[in-house]
Amino acid sequence: MSPAEAAAATETPVLPRALDRRWPPSVPLVIVALLVLCGVLAPLLAPHSPVEGSLGERLIPPLGMEGSKASHPLGTDRLGRDTLSRLLYGARISLSVSVVGIALTGALGSLIGLIAGFFGGWVDTLLMRIVDISLSLPGILIAVLLSVVFEPSFTNVIIVVVFLLWPSYARLVRGETLGLKQHEFVALARVAGCSDLTIMFRHIVPNLLPSILVLATLHVGYVIVLEAALSFLGVGIPPPTPSWGVMVADGRGLIEQAWWVSILPGIAILVTVLSLNILGDWVRDRLDPKLRQV
Amino acid sequence: MQRYILGRIVQSIVSVFVVSVVVFALVRFSGDPIQIMMPAEATQKDVELMRAALGLDRPWAVQYWRFLTHAVQGDFGRSVRFRRPAMDLIAERYAATLELGGLAVLIVIAVALPVGVYSAVRRGSGLDYAARAFAALGQAVPPFWLGLVLVLIFGVLLHLLPTSGRGTPLHVLLPGITLGWFAVAGLMRLTRSAMLDVLGSEYVKLARIKGLPERQVIWKHAFKNAALPVVTFAALLFVALLNGSIIVETVFGWPGLGLLVIEAVDSRDYPIVQAVVLCLSTMYIGVNLLVDILYAYLNPKIRYSR
Repeated sequence: MSPAEAAAATETPVLPRALDRRWPPSVPLVIVALLVLCGVLAPLLAPHSPVEGSLGERLIPPLGMEGSKASHPLGTDRLGRDTLSRLLYGARISLSVSVVGIALTGALGSLIGLIAGFFGGWVDTLLMRIVDISLSLPGILIAVLLSVVFEPSFTNVIIVVVFLLWPSYARLVRGETLGLKQHEFVALARVAGCSDLTIMFRHIVPNLLPSILVLATLHVGYVIVLEAALSFLGVGIPPPTPSWGVMVADGRGLIEQAWWVSILPGIAILVTVLSLNILGDWVRDRLDPKLRQV
Repeated sequence: MQRYILGRIVQSIVSVFVVSVVVFALVRFSGDPIQIMMPAEATQKDVELMRAALGLDRPWAVQYWRFLTHAVQGDFGRSVRFRRPAMDLIAERYAATLELGGLAVLIVIAVALPVGVYSAVRRGSGLDYAARAFAALGQAVPPFWLGLVLVLIFGVLLHLLPTSGRGTPLHVLLPGITLGWFAVAGLMRLTRSAMLDVLGSEYVKLARIKGLPERQVIWKHAFKNAALPVVTFAALLFVALLNGSIIVETVFGWPGLGLLVIEAVDSRDYPIVQAVVLCLSTMYIGVNLLVDILYAYLNPKIRYSR
C-alpha cells in the first residue's frame, strides 16, 4: 500500500450529504432565502396592491380551478385583493416582527442575564426571581389584555414577544457569564486595569454571542407562529395589513366557498416555520451542541 | 425540601399579585371608565356623582385594594355587554373549556406516550421516522390553521362532523383533536428522548440479563424512570392547552372561556377581560406550583438537596 493509499484509508469516511453537518440543509436554506427576498422586494414583486382590491374581482379561485384568472395566480379574497400580493407583503410583516422582536428581546434579556451573572449576590437573586415570576405569567392572556387597553398594533406584538422570550436569554446568558467569569482572561483584564464595563462588554460579551445567536435562530419560527396567532385572534397586527394570521382569519367564514383565502397563508406559515426550525437545529448543532435539549 | 416548597408558594403568590396589579393598572390607566358607562348627554355633575359612587375619585392604591378584595370574593363587576355579573358568565362557560381540555389531555396521553416509547424502543425503524417527522411538522403547523383544515376536510368535503358550536358529543371531536395536536408533538419527543436515556442505563441491561420479558423491561423498569421528565411536561401541557383553548375556541365557536374573552376584547368589556385573565392566570400559576411540588417529591435529587 502506497503512503497516499494508506492516508486515504485512514481518512474519515465521506458522509452522505444529508448527514454532513458542515453545510446547512439546502432546501430549507433556499426557502428562507427566497422568503427574505420576497419580503424585501415585495413592492417590486407584488403584481397588485396588498390592501386595495377591486370589488368586481371578488373570490377568484387560484390557477387550475374553474374561473381562475391569469392576473391573480393565487386568487383573490372577499374584497377582491390579490392573494399572492398579500402573501408577499405578509412575509414582510412576519420577518420584521421576528427580527425586531428577537433583536430587542435578545438585547434586553442578555443584558439582564449579563448583569445578574457578572455581579452576582443580591442583584443576581433579585433578577432571577423576576425571571421566575415572568415565566409564570401566561403570555397570550397578557396579549389579550394589552390589546383591549391599547389598540392592537405592531408595537403590542413586539411587547408580547419581548415579554415571553426575555427570560430564556437572561437565564442562558447568566449561566454562561458565571462560567466565563472564572476564566483567567477576566482576572488578567482586571489586573490590566479594565473597568467592570470594559470587562463585561469587551471580554465577556464576544464569548456569549454564539449561544445568543443559536437561541435567536431557534426562536424565529416560534415568533412567526406567535404573531400569526395573535393577529388571527384580532389582538396582533390589525387588518387590513396583510399579516398571514390576519389573512387566515379573513378566510375563516369563507372556508366553504373559498378555501384558498385561509388555506394558502397557512401553508406559507407552515413551510416557513418548518424551514426555520430545521435551520435553527442546524445552527445549534454547528455552534453550540450543548444547547440540544430533546 | 420544606424550604423549597415554601419558596415556590411565596413566589406563586407574588406572581398572582403581579398579574392582579397588571390587570388592574392596564385597564384603569387606559382611559376613563366613566366615559364608557355614561350616556353622551350626561352633565359634568352626573359624571362626578357616578365617579364618587364607584369610588373612582379615591387614590389608586385604595382603588386597587377595593378591586383586589372584591376579586378575591369573586366580584369583578358587571359585564358591560351582557349586563350580568362577570363571575356568573365565567361559571357558565368554564365547563365547556374543561370538556375540551379533558378530551385534549386524553388524546395527548393516549397517542404521545405509547408512540414515544415505541419509537425509542424501535429506534431507527419506519415508525420512529414517521413519529419524528410528525413531531417536527406538529410544531410548525399553526393551531388556528389546522382547525380550519380539519373543518374543510371533515365538515365541508366529507360532511362527517359538525364544525361549530357545542351540543352532541360529536361537536367536541374536531376542537379536541386540534387542541391536542401540539401537545402530542412535544410530549412524544420528550418521552422518546427520556426513554432513550433510560434504555441505555445499567439497570435496564441488568433486567435484560436477568431474562425478564421485554415487555416488563420496557414498561416496569424503563418507562417508570423515564416518566420523571414527562411529569414536568404536565405544566407545559397546561400552558399549551390554555393558550390553545383561546385559539381553538375562536376557530370552532366553542362557547368556553377563551371565546368569552375574545368576544369581550371585541366589545371592550373590561370586567369580563379582567375576570377571565385573572382566573386563568391564577389557575396557570397554581398548576405550575403543583407540578413543581410533585416533581420535588418524585425526584430524590431535589428532595434531599434542598
